[in-house]
Amino acid sequence: MRRISRTLAITASVAIFAAACSSGDSGGDATDGDTGGGDATTEAPPVRGDEELVIWTDAVKLDAIQAVAAKFATDNDITVGVQAVTDTRTAFLTANAAGNGPDVVVGAHDWIGQLVQNGAIDPLQLSPSDIAGYAATAVQATTYEGQLYGLPYGVEAIALYCNTDYAPDTYASLDDVIAAGQAAVDAGSVEVQLSQPVGNDGDPYHMEPIYTSAGGYLFGQNADGTYNADDLGVGKPGSIEAAKKIGSLGESGSNVLRRSVSGDNSIALFTEGNAACLISGPWALADVRKADIPYSVQPIPGFAGMNPAVPFMGAQAFYVASNGQNKSFAQEFVTKGVNNVEAMTTLYEQANLVPALLAVRDGITDEDTLKFAAAADGGAPMPAIPAMAEVWTPLGQAYSAIVGGSDPETSITQAGDTIAAAIAAS
Amino acid sequence: MELTASRRTQAEPPPDEKIEQGSSKTLPMVVKIVALGTIGGLAAALTPALLSQQRWAFLIAIWAIVGALVFVYATKRYIPAKYLLPGALFLVVFVVYPILMTFQLSTTNFGDGTRTDKETTIARIIGGSAQQVDGARQFGLSVGQAGTDYTFLLVDAETGDVFAGTADGLAPLDAGSVTVENGVVTEAEGYTLLTKSEINTLSQRDGPLDGFAVPTEGGVIKAQGFQAVELYTPLEYDQATDTITNTETGTTYTPVQVGDRKYFTSESGERLSNQSWGENIGFDNYVRAFTDPRISSDFVGIFLWTLAFAVLSVATTFFLGLLLATALNDDRMKGQKIYRSVLLLPYAIPGFISLLVWSGFYNTEFGLINDLTGLSINWFGDPFWAKVAIIGTNLWMGFPYMFLVCTGALQAIPGDLKEAASIDGASGFVNFRKITFPLLLVSVAPLLVSSFAFNFNNFNAIFLLTEGGPFSPANPTAGGTDILISYTYRLAFGSSAQQIGFASAISVILFVLTGVLAAVQFRATRALEDVN
Repeated sequence: MRRISRTLAITASVAIFAAACSSGDSGGDATDGDTGGGDATTEAPPVRGDEELVIWTDAVKLDAIQAVAAKFATDNDITVGVQAVTDTRTAFLTANAAGNGPDVVVGAHDWIGQLVQNGAIDPLQLSPSDIAGYAATAVQATTYEGQLYGLPYGVEAIALYCNTDYAPDTYASLDDVIAAGQAAVDAGSVEVQLSQPVGNDGDPYHMEPIYTSAGGYLFGQNADGTYNADDLGVGKPGSIEAAKKIGSLGESGSNVLRRSVSGDNSIALFTEGNAACLISGPWALADVRKADIPYSVQPIPGFAGMNPAVPFMGAQAFYVASNGQNKSFAQEFVTKGVNNVEAMTTLYEQANLVPALLAVRDGITDEDTLKFAAAADGGAPMPAIPAMAEVWTPLGQAYSAIVGGSDPETSITQAGDTIAAAIAAS
Repeated sequence: MELTASRRTQAEPPPDEKIEQGSSKTLPMVVKIVALGTIGGLAAALTPALLSQQRWAFLIAIWAIVGALVFVYATKRYIPAKYLLPGALFLVVFVVYPILMTFQLSTTNFGDGTRTDKETTIARIIGGSAQQVDGARQFGLSVGQAGTDYTFLLVDAETGDVFAGTADGLAPLDAGSVTVENGVVTEAEGYTLLTKSEINTLSQRDGPLDGFAVPTEGGVIKAQGFQAVELYTPLEYDQATDTITNTETGTTYTPVQVGDRKYFTSESGERLSNQSWGENIGFDNYVRAFTDPRISSDFVGIFLWTLAFAVLSVATTFFLGLLLATALNDDRMKGQKIYRSVLLLPYAIPGFISLLVWSGFYNTEFGLINDLTGLSINWFGDPFWAKVAIIGTNLWMGFPYMFLVCTGALQAIPGDLKEAASIDGASGFVNFRKITFPLLLVSVAPLLVSSFAFNFNNFNAIFLLTEGGPFSPANPTAGGTDILISYTYRLAFGSSAQQIGFASAISVILFVLTGVLAAVQFRATRALEDVN
């Protein structure tokens, strides 16, 4: 605890010092009546470039997409612009509706529901033999209402990181992981057994493995693997069992899950050696590798004698905008320019995501990536249906309340009622 | 000293003013011509774009502004208008116009699923149902031009057979008359081949290749980039009955109203698609804001907390700022300048940084505040303590401003007034209460009002600290520290479906509320001016 508060204090004073040095004249944001509120939201909307093919993505993926786009530009002798756009999804929806959006957009598969609901993307027509080359879960994730809407290039799911000083094994059950963590806490070596973000708002994304292992589900699946918005699992008996399990791991139980661990500090707790294990995704890998701790990665095991833990699997994909100015090039780029081993290999090397194209996976030797591939294959696609938007906040609140000691059954039932009411109203 | 100096300059105008007037007449003229020319040129430059997009209202407005500017500034008359026009124009463009637009938006159901008009929505639903026919053939595509007619030159990816496809159907081409390279036709007798860029351009909306389809037995062949695929579309729209029919199953879907929008729904209640379309719904959003029991109950609670937050923020920052300013205004205080500089630090740090740093301080287990004080309060998990945390942080953020303002106002109060009061026997506190404070209020009161209006909509303080939370599982839209503006933001852009039309209605209500409150306060501060 000491160490963290010291780090915080140092960060704070550095920030204060830096701010005081750099922007002594930028006052006027606290109570100054003239400046007006909402500075946070008045960012200028992105402007579409005037190339023959315009692709929007976020800053993290920019270099990888640019590499593939450059190749396509040379092959077809056209100009291609790749723009990093903040809040890509909303910006794209707005710009596309106004007719000045990009031709291709790159983003997570769970956008598809909202994008299709707004008529913002077109389905892709790929031959069955092309589709067969991709990981089954990736195709399932990018298929919506029977249509393939995105070309997946990367998949990700959360996995279990362990500090091998305290938790050296490959574990068959989550109970063993927690026991190893508890031993390290008891020995005074670490503060947290298993660092999993909860926070005051809850975190259904990171809670999903525990929730599914203990018997819960979010939406039932139709025969073809798509999610059924009418079959809500929150509030059903299985979810109540899961809630009880979460309660027993919470602050009034074994204190494995706590609201003081949130997305802001969960990874730092692990990299600073204050947590025996961490539940996080491949995005934490860079920090974990940089930290001077011995670690291992493995798919999250389920609880002993319960269901397997099924994390949310996410796919990153390319979409063709419905209102783009250069649809021919956009369709060609997505269905041919990206849909090949060479481009997918470039994307893997630059973006470092587990490839969705199975042929690319064959050449990978990196152990961590293979573990994350196993974790993603064992996951279930995050539901992309619009009803999912109604789930996050109430379910998160319920998790947070249960972890804080509220009655599991009441909280999860209440969340289920709220979600069901919201879905019915939409 | 300063006062007398400025009075002197007023009484005696500088002697060289008259000389300058004559010599500088040409310069303003040049500036005037250049400025008016620039504005006219800008308008002229915008005109073709607006014409092509058929934005008539914009076009008229822009030329009306140019006309007004030229009319007022080119002549020597209308002196008052010369001063009023710029302000009036900015008011219209940056205040009145956004308000009107917000109001207009608030009478629609605009949001997720209703961004497109009905026609587009139907086209998207039908286009999105296209499927590959069983064993669909894939073709390499080139487009040949003969006269003004376009023809798809198709190479079957499996067999290598070459076809010419037009709106009349598919016809085999003699292998001798074409050259095929890498699975596409590169030369064909009787056709000029289009380049990829030309195909792309002609395929744009309403272009000759937009929607170009070659009918076959099982469906149609359509371009997909520079490939072509055999597709069929099971859905058909009938304009006369306003229904969509699935020709495979025979199910008919008609528009059915749900909430503020319509969906194509079958008789058994099955929704064809989640796509709806934008419509004008009159004052339904306002009716909903006041009658929906969940929203109206939230609204009252949030409104009261918004008021409390704004009042407390102004009161706490003002009293702390005033206290420090009074203390540091005393001549007996040493090192005034150093203290004043240090006290301004919170003001010098960008608000975003301090708010994010502060939100880290409040962590229950690992945060600075609980660590230093030995408390174990879950600051952001409990509605009461979250409110305390917000007021506290806003105090830290805001007191330097009040400190600055009060210091300035205190220094402007003539010392002889106080001197006279103390000669009459007034103690330090009575002196402050009867002389300093009322005089101070005269100049500071309007700033307090504006500070109140600002805090009433202080989005950053709420959103960067607690994001409006804590929430309860039963009510995910209204949090324990939500003020009206953060609540509105969540409605419009929150995690669940965006309801921009409804959020606009709340914004308009909020605008009216803030305006009324400010008007009441300004009326109240008028009483203070009687002191003078």
